[in-house]
Order: sequence, then C-alpha cells, then structure tokens
Amino acid sequence: MRALLIRDLRLALRSGGGFGLGLAFFLILAVLVPLGVGAEGGTLGRIAPGILWVGALLACLLSLDRIFALDHEDGSLDLLATSPLPLEGAVAMKALAHWLVTGLPLTLLAPGLGVLLNLAPPAYGWLALSLVLGTPTLSMVGAFGAALTVGLRRGGLLLSLLVLPLYVPTLIFGAEVVRRGAEGMALGTPLALLAAISLGAAALLPFAAAAALRVNLR
Amino acid sequence: MSIWEYANPKKFMQTSAWALPWAVALTVALLVTGLVWGFFFTPDDYKQGSTVKIIYLHVPSAMMAINAWAMMLVASMIWIVRRHHVSALAAKAAAPVGLTFTLIALVTGALWGQPMWGTWWAWDPRLTSFLILCLFYLGYIALWSAIENPDTAADLTSILCLVGSVFALLSRYAVNFWNQGLHQGASLSLDKEENVADVFWLPLLVCIAGFILLFITMVLMRTRTEIRQRRLQALLARERVA
Amino acid sequence: MILETTDLSVARGGVTVLAGLGFAVGAGQALVLRGPNGSGKTTLLRTLAGLQPPVAGRVMLSPDAVAYAAHADGLKSTLTVAENLAFWASIYGGPPPERAIAALDLAGLIRRRAGELSAGQKRRLGLARLLVTGRPLWLLDEPTVSLDVASVALFAAVVREHLRQGGAAVIATHVDLGLPEARILDLDPYRTRVLARDGFDEAFA
Repeated sequence: MRALLIRDLRLALRSGGGFGLGLAFFLILAVLVPLGVGAEGGTLGRIAPGILWVGALLACLLSLDRIFALDHEDGSLDLLATSPLPLEGAVAMKALAHWLVTGLPLTLLAPGLGVLLNLAPPAYGWLALSLVLGTPTLSMVGAFGAALTVGLRRGGLLLSLLVLPLYVPTLIFGAEVVRRGAEGMALGTPLALLAAISLGAAALLPFAAAAALRVNLR
Repeated sequence: MSIWEYANPKKFMQTSAWALPWAVALTVALLVTGLVWGFFFTPDDYKQGSTVKIIYLHVPSAMMAINAWAMMLVASMIWIVRRHHVSALAAKAAAPVGLTFTLIALVTGALWGQPMWGTWWAWDPRLTSFLILCLFYLGYIALWSAIENPDTAADLTSILCLVGSVFALLSRYAVNFWNQGLHQGASLSLDKEENVADVFWLPLLVCIAGFILLFITMVLMRTRTEIRQRRLQALLARERVA
Repeated sequence: MILETTDLSVARGGVTVLAGLGFAVGAGQALVLRGPNGSGKTTLLRTLAGLQPPVAGRVMLSPDAVAYAAHADGLKSTLTVAENLAFWASIYGGPPPERAIAALDLAGLIRRRAGELSAGQKRRLGLARLLVTGRPLWLLDEPTVSLDVASVALFAAVVREHLRQGGAAVIATHVDLGLPEARILDLDPYRTRVLARDGFDEAFA
C-alpha cells in the first residue's frame, strides 16, 4: 500500500500539471472575487469564509478525474485489480495521495488568500483547521465519483455533477466553522460534525468506490 | 408463491398489463375528487385566503418527491442483492418522475411563498433541501444516460443511490443546522395540535392518495417501456452478432 | 492442476462470445489460445484473471496464483524502468527485480524513464513485471506484440524457464512463439454465433 502511495506522489511531482493547476485556480478565484464584488473590506470579510471554502472545493474538483483515469488508460488499473493489494486499499491510498497533493497545499495556501479577502484575524486558525478536517472528505468523495465515471468519455463533466451534491454537508459545516470563528462564536458542533463526516467517508467510501471500479473494469 | 415471481420480466409484464388500467382509473378518480373538493369546496383560510389551496398540490408532490427516492433506494438494493432486472429498471423509471415531483414542489412552493412571505425564494432549510434533492436526481439520471451497457449502468447507479441517500440525509441535517427557516412545520403529523384544520385535512388525504397512485401508475408505465426497450436492444444485439 | 475450467461461457458487452470451454493447465504446462480477432481471447483471459464474472460454468484457480498481462503494460512513463519494476515487486511482495532485469535484457535501460523506451523495450519491461510477481500462473494477452525476433526468443526462454520451475501460462497469440511444447487450444469451435445473453426473451415468450 505504501508503494502505491509513494508511486502516486512521485507521479504527481514529476508530471507537474495537475495539482499546481488546482492551487493556481484557487489563487485566481481569490483575486477575481474582489474584482467582481467590490473592494469594500467589510463585505469581503463577511463572504471570505464561504468564498475560500467554495474555492477549495472547486480547486479540488479540477484534478479528480485524474485519480483513476490515467491508471485506466495505461492498463495499471487492471493490473492493480488483479494484484494482491485489496482494491479498497488501493482506492484509499489513491485518495490519500490526491489529498496530499491538493487538499494539503490548499490548506496551507488558504490563510494567505484569507489576507487578500480581508478575513477576520481570529478566523485564520479555524480556516486552516476546518480545511485540514474537511478536505480529506473532498478527496475521498471525489475518488468515489472518479470510480463511477472512470470508463466514460466526457466523464469529467458528469463527475462534477455527481460529486458536487455530495460535497454539500462538508461545505456547510466547513464554512460555518470559519464564519463562527470570525465572529468569535462557539464552533465545537460544526467542527465535530466536519471531522465525523471525514472519518465516516474514509471508513465507508473505499468500499463503495472499489465496488464501482470492479463494475467498470468488467 | 413468492413475491419475487413478479421480478420475472414476463410475469411483470402480464401483471402490470392487467393492473395498469385500474391504476389509471383510480388515479384519475382520486385526483379529480381530491382537487375539486380541495379547490372549490373548502373555505378560504382566515389568514392566507385562497392561496392556501395550493397545499393540495404542494404537500403531496413534496411527499412523493422524497418517497420516490426512497423507492429507488429499495429497488437499487434489490438489484444489488438479488439482481432482478425489473427492479433496476423500476429505479431508472422512477427517477424522472421523482425529479418532476421535486420541481412541482419547488414551483408551487415559490408561488405560495410569494404572497405569504413576500418572496419567491428564500434559503430556508426545507427549500434548500429540495433544491439539493433535485441535484441528486439530476446526477442519478445523468449517470444512467451516460453508460451504454445496461447492467453496468444499473450497478453504478445503484451504488450512487446508496451513497447518495446517506449524503442526502447528511445534507438535510446540515441544512437545518445552517439556517433556521421560514417554512411552517409539517402539515401532517400524528400530533394533532400542529395539524392543519379538519376541513382541509380530508381532501388533502384524498390528494395524497391520488399522488401516490399517480406515482405508481407512471412508474409501472415507464418500467414497461424500459423492459420493451431492453428487449429491443437484446434483439438488435443478436441481429448484429448473427 | 493450477487452472481448471468447466463448461465456461464468457460474454463481451452483454453478448456471449465463447461457450462450453473446459480445459485444465497443470504445473509446467503452457496453453496457447488461438482464434481470429474478436473471437474472445481477451475476454476469456480477463474472465480467468477474475476481472469479469463468467456467464456460466466455473473457473477453478487459487486467486493469488495469477499474474495478468494485458495489451497495455501498465507502465508509468515518468518513472524509470527500475522504479516501475520496484513498484510492482513491492505490490506483489515477489522476488527482487534483478533477475527479471537480467532475463529480459533490460540492464542497460534501468535508469531510463519508461516514456523514453521504444515500443519493444516497453513490452519487455511489461513482461519483466511478470517475473517480479512471483506468481505461478501467467495469463498473457498478445505478449509478443512489437517484439523483434531476438526479443521473441528471449521471451520464449523466459516462459520456458518459468514452466521448468513449476509455473504455468495461458497465452493468447496469433504468432508463433517458438514454444513447441505448448498445447494449442483453438477457440473457433467454442464460438457462439447467435446468442444474446439478455434474459428479456421471457418477457415476450
């Protein structure tokens, strides 16, 4: 399993592209929003938690179809499915690799973009924490969506349609944590729920995704 | 005789051919009775005036929007466990019907909300949940139509339906948490205190029964169409091989 | 017996292509599948590998006996030859890659990236993967595509060595592999001409 993780990370680093693009997209979004909404600090500060969370979610979406599509094209997926590695484990490792190259960098970049969007000072820590807890769900749910659409032409568009509704709970709780953090309110409940969704997704979705992959490889 | 015999396509076609005219007749009778009774023979509400009568479309379609998804969930599980084709096709057939009920509930809700709350749309938990439900239906239908092999499509959409149900429930609670709403409480509940008044209640029950039958009728019709289509595809595939 | 099938039927795209297959492959034996394009060689191999379920009949083999090699080699073009092999070796927990590198004459290439190899070299790397799996039963789909004469001989020697050590192989091919001892299974008699798998006949019977 570790070999697969290391291979995926190495591939992501060598081929560049993918995850760097996601970060660039996140940055551009944070620049475009003030241009569209207006530079008035109060408004920006109020919408910043939502914008940052929606931005992270969309940036994550960009590279989802690569989770399985490349392995499907060059035949590795067939070979992985017939290997001693359980497919559920392979799915979990690939989702983890995706998180390490998208979710984690997004989390690190987000506070910087919070400055651009005039985010309230107390919220920075909560922003990073909510993203650390929430983005694994984005990768795991994304891996599930990618497993459903792996063999399809124009699967990318369908993938967004399937995955975005599944992102709703994470988005709501994640943005709520940051909003409450900015206003200095109690945020234990949404934070706990955010973490709970991540843990639940990590525990159950590999099985659903592996089942979908097996169907698609038939 | 086991209930699973109806999962045999032939048995299903025979039984549904017999049941369909009755279902259509009963649906029409109940809907006409319920709607006419509701629209013309109930008093106006003292606060809401005659706009209250949209309840006879709004509440039943909202209920059926959710029940249709529940039915798809059950049918998907039957397909995954017992691999009866009719079950998978019934789930496929129910999705556009459920989506239509969702849209009816949203539109009638907007029409009702405008005079009541002074706005067509509010990001109220119930409204938002229905909008999200609508997205789930769209994704499900899109996945069905994107995959060519019918068995693969049935498998994948069933998995999506299972996972989607969990996330739909999560979304429901997340949305509740996110915004407390304008929407009134449940129109029907066992707790009599919250219920709508009796004069509205009886025609509403008739309408709900009518909508349930409408759903069953349409799903039966559409499932028959799907079965015929599968049969056609099987014949064409055979033609190409021969 | 390492592999045994009884009355096996396989389907591609919902249409049964082969039916009534029964054969057995024991230790030290190779079976060559022959048949024109579209006769179901790949489908049969994928069924044996467990990637798709049989329509009817049974496949009896131990699930951790199989190493499958498809048309595509499953190579990552940005990884070096050594990294590609090391990855599969650690996935299978098989023997270290040195022997595989020597057997398929890849020693001069190990630092090159797989993307820089020629088609034939890639194929050799894909076949070297089989050796690092350490699995007894090889299921090979057109293994000699894009190999030159010398490489085909190299490959035949590798297969023969594998058989000598008690391995087995099922090979789909339409070229001569230089393995005279291999049994040949002609798939033509098992092809189904008019049989759609769908159970929807009964709806209108």
